[in-house]
Amino acid sequence: MLDTVIIFVYILLALALILSFVRLAKGPSLPDRVVALELVASIVMGMIAVYTVDTGVDKFIDVAVVMALMAFLAAIGFARYLEKGGERDD
Amino acid sequence: MTEFLSTLSGLLVGFLLLLGAGFMVLAAVGILRLPDLPTRMHASTKAGALGASLTMLAVAFHLPEGAVVARALAVIVFILLTAPVAAHVIGRAGYFVGVPLWKGTVKDELKKHYDPESHSLESGFEGRRAESGADQPGR
Repeated sequence: MLDTVIIFVYILLALALILSFVRLAKGPSLPDRVVALELVASIVMGMIAVYTVDTGVDKFIDVAVVMALMAFLAAIGFARYLEKGGERDD
Repeated sequence: MTEFLSTLSGLLVGFLLLLGAGFMVLAAVGILRLPDLPTRMHASTKAGALGASLTMLAVAFHLPEGAVVARALAVIVFILLTAPVAAHVIGRAGYFVGVPLWKGTVKDELKKHYDPESHSLESGFEGRRAESGADQPGR
């Protein structure tokens, strides 16, 4: 039963990934894209968690830790870049 | 007894996974459908963080060993710490950059405190202190 649920959850997460990727491609401004990118990172973390449940290999949680850290640093970096100004072409 | 418990934990794991994935789909729908940056962040930050936390909780219930549970809970705590900070920073940057708000926006309380030319932000208390000093000179 859990296998069926896992397949369904994979499908749901893929759908969420597609929807947020549409926003990432559409824009219209750079902060919108940064927000979409952060949501993509969170969805990928969810996928890693589902994959951990699927395979039973607990080492994948470390990948989720790194993913969370990267997403946070990327958000902070983008926001700093936006706030300090600089050339933008969104 | 153990079989019953494993069935129960399987049910719990499946439920948490479905709930987390459902919240993430909601966040993605919100980020696609909502009209401007703050409302999109409202959808993605809260629902996205909750979805990731719930799936991590499912991992903790699926593999109930000390190291795994500790790491899964650490990820949840990290998400809960960083999601609001990142949302605040991006929202602030977006407002400063001048991302247009939705045309149905009712309230923009920062507008009279923020100068887009000089990028300076007042707290709103500077004028009030001067006024109260002028009204009541004895204080």
